[in-house]
Amino acid sequence: MTDSISNVAYIAASALFIMSLGGLSNQETAKKGNIYGIAGMIVAFIATIIRSDVTGYGILATAILPGAIVGAILAARVAMTEMPELVAMLHSFVGLAAVLVGIANYLSPQSLTGAEATIHEVEIFVGVFIGAVTFTGSIIAFGKLRGLISSKPLTLPARHLLNIGMLIACVWLGQQFLGEGILSGLQALVIMSAIAGVLGLHLVLGIGGADMPVVISMLNSYSGWAAAAAGFMLSNDLLIITGALVGSSGAILSYIMCKAMNRSFISVILGGFGTGGSSATEAIAGEAKSISVDETIEALENANSVIIVPGYGMAVAQAQHPISEITKRLRDRGVNVRFGIHPVAGRLPGHMNVLLAEANVPYDIVLEMEEINDDFPQTDVVLVIGANDTVNPSAMEPGSAIAGMPVLEVWKAKQVIVLKRSMASGYAGVENPLFYKENTRMLFGDAKKNADAVLSQLGVLELAK
Amino acid sequence: MTIALDQQTHSEHPSIDPSKPCRKIGIPKEIATNECRVAATPDTAKILQKYGFEVWVESGAGDAANFSDQAFEEAGCHIVSDPQTLWAESDLILKVRPPAWHSGVNKHETELLRENGTLISFIWAAQNAELVQQLASRKATVLAMDAVPRISRAQKLDALSSMANIAGYRAVIEAAEHFGRFFTGQITAAGKVPPAKVLIIGAGVAGLAAIGTARGLGAIVRAFDTRPVVKEQVQSMGAEFLELQFEEDGSGEGGYAKTMSPEFIKAEMELFADQAKDVDIIITTALIPGKKAPTLITREMVESMKDGSVIVDMAAEQGGNCEVTKPNEIYKYHGVTIIGLTDLPSRMASQSSQLYGKNLCHLLDDMGRNENYRVDLADEVIRGALVVHQGEVMPPPPRPAAPPAPKPATVSSQVETPQVSRKTPQWIWAILIGAVVVGIGAIAPPSFLSHFTVFVLACFIGWQVIWNVKPALHTPLMSVTNAISGIIIIGGMLQISGALTSATTILGAIAILVGTINIVGGFLVTQRMLKMFQR
Repeated sequence: MTDSISNVAYIAASALFIMSLGGLSNQETAKKGNIYGIAGMIVAFIATIIRSDVTGYGILATAILPGAIVGAILAARVAMTEMPELVAMLHSFVGLAAVLVGIANYLSPQSLTGAEATIHEVEIFVGVFIGAVTFTGSIIAFGKLRGLISSKPLTLPARHLLNIGMLIACVWLGQQFLGEGILSGLQALVIMSAIAGVLGLHLVLGIGGADMPVVISMLNSYSGWAAAAAGFMLSNDLLIITGALVGSSGAILSYIMCKAMNRSFISVILGGFGTGGSSATEAIAGEAKSISVDETIEALENANSVIIVPGYGMAVAQAQHPISEITKRLRDRGVNVRFGIHPVAGRLPGHMNVLLAEANVPYDIVLEMEEINDDFPQTDVVLVIGANDTVNPSAMEPGSAIAGMPVLEVWKAKQVIVLKRSMASGYAGVENPLFYKENTRMLFGDAKKNADAVLSQLGVLELAK
Repeated sequence: MTIALDQQTHSEHPSIDPSKPCRKIGIPKEIATNECRVAATPDTAKILQKYGFEVWVESGAGDAANFSDQAFEEAGCHIVSDPQTLWAESDLILKVRPPAWHSGVNKHETELLRENGTLISFIWAAQNAELVQQLASRKATVLAMDAVPRISRAQKLDALSSMANIAGYRAVIEAAEHFGRFFTGQITAAGKVPPAKVLIIGAGVAGLAAIGTARGLGAIVRAFDTRPVVKEQVQSMGAEFLELQFEEDGSGEGGYAKTMSPEFIKAEMELFADQAKDVDIIITTALIPGKKAPTLITREMVESMKDGSVIVDMAAEQGGNCEVTKPNEIYKYHGVTIIGLTDLPSRMASQSSQLYGKNLCHLLDDMGRNENYRVDLADEVIRGALVVHQGEVMPPPPRPAAPPAPKPATVSSQVETPQVSRKTPQWIWAILIGAVVVGIGAIAPPSFLSHFTVFVLACFIGWQVIWNVKPALHTPLMSVTNAISGIIIIGGMLQISGALTSATTILGAIAILVGTINIVGGFLVTQRMLKMFQR
């Protein structure tokens, strides 16, 4: 009887999860969406506890309590600029859990025969495979985002062959696994996990820093598929539904990110992108002109409309708070200040939005690329803060490494001020002609220090008036 | 690419290396009649000193431009009363006009220039071949500011542009002086005043400056240019761009216009004839390099204009765009004031001296300031400006290439091709998926199929729901989906009920542990993030 109640509760939990994702579609309902998600999880948890085949309450409690505490501490401590790292780390946990559940499930006695047994074993095998790839891939992604590992793509010779080789080895091990008895089956499973781990490692190592938004959403997707595979092996519809939801969500995000960079999904996951076309970059005539903090302030004070374009550099410099304060002061003076966000700005889909929200920038002045791109010609000053490839006009020209990637057309504004540490090119390794344009001025230095300087003087001048 | 950085480091260390000799820059008084400009102002003299040069100024050099000797002295310059001493002592002479006969000392200025000296000024070498020979015989090094190539890197030292800008402004001011009406339309108690209509021919630097000034005064401004590329610039200045129903691009080398076909010129003249009857003020700025200025406004057109109209011919020096222009003269022809002034920049001497002086500063900055001063023949800008190098006459370098023609057709075809090739795999995928589904249906047992149904449907729901999520919420979406994927702990929970020491139980417990971190961490961090989103 309790099992039936449990199954009904699973349906409720599935519905709650769907509502949760639906609720996230806009800012007003997003908080509710998160609550639905929590509710769904609690329902699912209780429904599982009351099942007749779950009795290990003691061990459950000893596993859950530390987990919950660690999770809560992580969530409370993480800085918003470190969100990509946290997400990558959490993905690796799902991957690890999927591997463990798969192996555990294989070790537990089963009563299946014939085709059902085979399918069950295939499910385990696939689930463990995806889990292992997600696990190591996420760890590498975490390392890259933290800066522990160089964010440059690792391009081994014949890396595609290597990947294919590992894949073939896994398939071959799968064949061994299906036919054999327990011991050698377990060996096959463990060896396959190791190979899959190396595969995940190598795949993500081969992807450059600029493609991180794609990688993160791809790993998000994988973690979903891993959960779905676990659902198949445990014949648990809730896991299947949830896994499928998460999997397709991650897949859509990856697709959106790829489209925003005008790259095919395949070429991003196969890695090593952004290393090719850089040799074709032409030397750019002209020279970059620098601007002082005072002149920047003057430009801002004389502007009627300002668009701020942040990039990963803003996150690195933690400049979002002074920027937000500058925005507030300018808006108080009646200047129309808005933000233009490129879909792949930062290292996580929507990363910039979270940072700006953290700094109390009202979300209705934070606009997407398509919403704001037509407004640049009517804009007096554009502040580009730590963005590079996303504002590179050479994307408009065929032959460039980033050709065809939609970019924020900041150069159409009357004046562009670029806050940047140096003249180094962005992750795509493409020179940026924007810096040499007639209406572009460079404000060199740490974005936060410069933003702070602008802010303090903006205040001084205000008092003087 | 590193130039901007270099500048920064330079300005941080303005100290002069004592081991390097300190070059003297001489600023003589301009001797041409009605020339009020001077090659340096107290402001630019300070910059030159910061670059490590010593600045000597002829007494009274800045008077006509309202810069007194005292002001130069306060800026740290050395005032010299005798021009001969100044010319003889200076390593570099900065001037505005080409050297000419100096009646004060009864010598030609080239003779005043010391042997092996350097002269930077306007030269107009093509028109002044004799002068160039004289300079060469002095073993001089001469840089002509009029020959600076018009490339983007050299814009900051492009004196022609900065002078043209001033001339364009002044042309409108001169026109306003001789035009008996307001520029802006007004409705007053004493009656309605129509706005003045201004036609500007040639939308180069001067033309654009004139457009801006006339617009600023409130006139209705129309502009014409043979180069379609300037249409956007004209419109951005607030003027109407007149177009011919005729396909021909007049963009020539180095940003100048070229001579047009006879058919084009005929259509163009018809347009001007029409406009002449309508507009109150015409300002012409049309020049073709190395040729006499084209005649665009004929005698008949002038006669057809309303009485009181004004024509400012900014090409008067090169023969004039208007048939009846008299260079250096303002006179009335048939009721129309024809202004043929050729010294428009000089009429704003303070401003033009300042801008010209800045151009010179930028040039000397590019040449390495005092510390690393050298005439770099490999530098396109320096080579372009160089007329005489150590007594050797330099042939003019090839002009910069024509601007790249827009190629919209080739671009779009290149973009489209890959899309077409990508389309084909899509239906192959569909067939492939269909085959897989049929295959599964054929071999899979019913228990699997029911799960599979659930799986496919869930994928579709996810697909439908996620597309509605705003990009701004992608990060919260990821952390929520991540928390939800922690549901995998249920898989662990279903496996911990065996013996405490069995591998299954232990592995399951670890899975629960890490899964829980995921769930709790994911949901809490999402909550934290969403709280921050506020209107």
